[in-house]
Amino acid sequence: MVDFLFLAILAGLGVALITGPLGAFVVWRRMAYFGDTLAHSALLGIALSLWLEISPGLAVAIVCLSIAGGLLAMQNQLALATDTILGILSHSSLALGLIAIYLMPDARLNLEGILFGDLLSVTAGETLTIWLVGIVVLGLLIWLWRPLIAITVHQDLAQVEGTPVAMVKAVLMLSLALVIAIAMKVVGVLLITALLVIPAATARRFATSPESMAVYGSLAGMVAVLTGLTLSWFMDAPAGPSVVLSAGVLFLLAQLARKPH
Amino acid sequence: MSIIVTADNISLRIGEHQILLNVSFQLQLRQITTLIGPNGAGKTSLIRILLGLQKPSAGKVVLANGIRTGYMPQKMAIDSTLPLSVKGFLKLADHNADNCYEALNRVGVPQLLNSPMAHLSGGETQRVLLARALLRKPQLLVLDEPVQGVDVNGQEALYNLISDIRDQTGCAILMVSHDLHLVMAATDNVLCLNQHLCCTGAPEEVRSDPIYRELFGVRTALYTHHHDHQHDLHGAVSNEHGEHCHHG
Repeated sequence: MVDFLFLAILAGLGVALITGPLGAFVVWRRMAYFGDTLAHSALLGIALSLWLEISPGLAVAIVCLSIAGGLLAMQNQLALATDTILGILSHSSLALGLIAIYLMPDARLNLEGILFGDLLSVTAGETLTIWLVGIVVLGLLIWLWRPLIAITVHQDLAQVEGTPVAMVKAVLMLSLALVIAIAMKVVGVLLITALLVIPAATARRFATSPESMAVYGSLAGMVAVLTGLTLSWFMDAPAGPSVVLSAGVLFLLAQLARKPH
Repeated sequence: MSIIVTADNISLRIGEHQILLNVSFQLQLRQITTLIGPNGAGKTSLIRILLGLQKPSAGKVVLANGIRTGYMPQKMAIDSTLPLSVKGFLKLADHNADNCYEALNRVGVPQLLNSPMAHLSGGETQRVLLARALLRKPQLLVLDEPVQGVDVNGQEALYNLISDIRDQTGCAILMVSHDLHLVMAATDNVLCLNQHLCCTGAPEEVRSDPIYRELFGVRTALYTHHHDHQHDLHGAVSNEHGEHCHHG
């Protein structure tokens, strides 16, 4: 009993650690809908992993990156607004993923767990993967922090100053795909964007620099994981939605709190 | 003559639209060149090609070996969720805080060092952008509508500052401007663009060119503007008379 709760806490904290800084970029660059699209396509990744019998994390990362590539291609080819293209990709891939999973002969598959997370059943191996991937992505973000901020502030200006814009954007995209793959276990594909956006938005109220916003975002995410799991434990509520609800309540409380100088 | 940029027959076509056609010019050190033209004339496209942000469909840009370029973009739309101070913004170009302060001092707004970018007025934003361009110690300074969002008196102050920077650093400056009359005093060369270069030369020559008059309307061309007072950056009137002041 205590063991699985300990693993759930550890896995949740690992995801919160990385969704803080990454979520800040999602908020600054207005990528929330893009994150949603990648997360929805993750379902297709799960289906693919079952068909091909490969690791779900790997399959999700592959599908997310393909969707990101598809988005770039469609932006260049079609005269449609980006959010329209995202709407097409997001819901088509979610529908395709759902159908593929329903058609799967494997009866053990827990669709609800994929959609809303299954934190309480996280294994030691999955927790280890979450921390390894989280630390790698965190390392990437720290390594490229200045160029990432530079392209977020003004992409053309950054490029004139010699920032390798295409490479930095590709790393951000890759990081997002990897984090979605690990966060899926915690809150499920439908709620991943919440974990990216809400803690970062909470942190905005107290942040005085991009760096502090990233750190406060991680802390807000960790508090949400701990309160969410507590809520889930005492009320027998599903863990993923409880974590997201806690993050939402924390955001509301932050709006009431007095702003620091 | 030290030519540092040569634009050689630049053309740009996007889909059905011919944006630029056979544009050729040169930029020299210690010279301020102003690029003017009506909306949609291709001014920003030409600048983007010069900066290497866009590939021309034909022609080429040749930069002198190893020149550093400073760029002041037209618009600065930092998302209000990004808590960035002026210092943090300048540090993106130069990590050294002393250099950042020095650049800010150079453009006349050292007091803004710790202000959030989101709280700056139009004129303050333009000066901070200029400071960031200067941090690169550029030999070529490209300014896209540097006085955008600045009131008329503030515009004159900014043009004077740009002119001083040229005098002190000896860099070549290319700037985009909507109109000519305010920028006349601070410019050596004018490129009048409307898809192709329709007239070029010293400001007085261009201003009396019939093609220019047709493009901009005679009223604009003949209009000269003088004030008997100046505004400081915050819009307050200061009593000091400007050197370009002819009556008052």
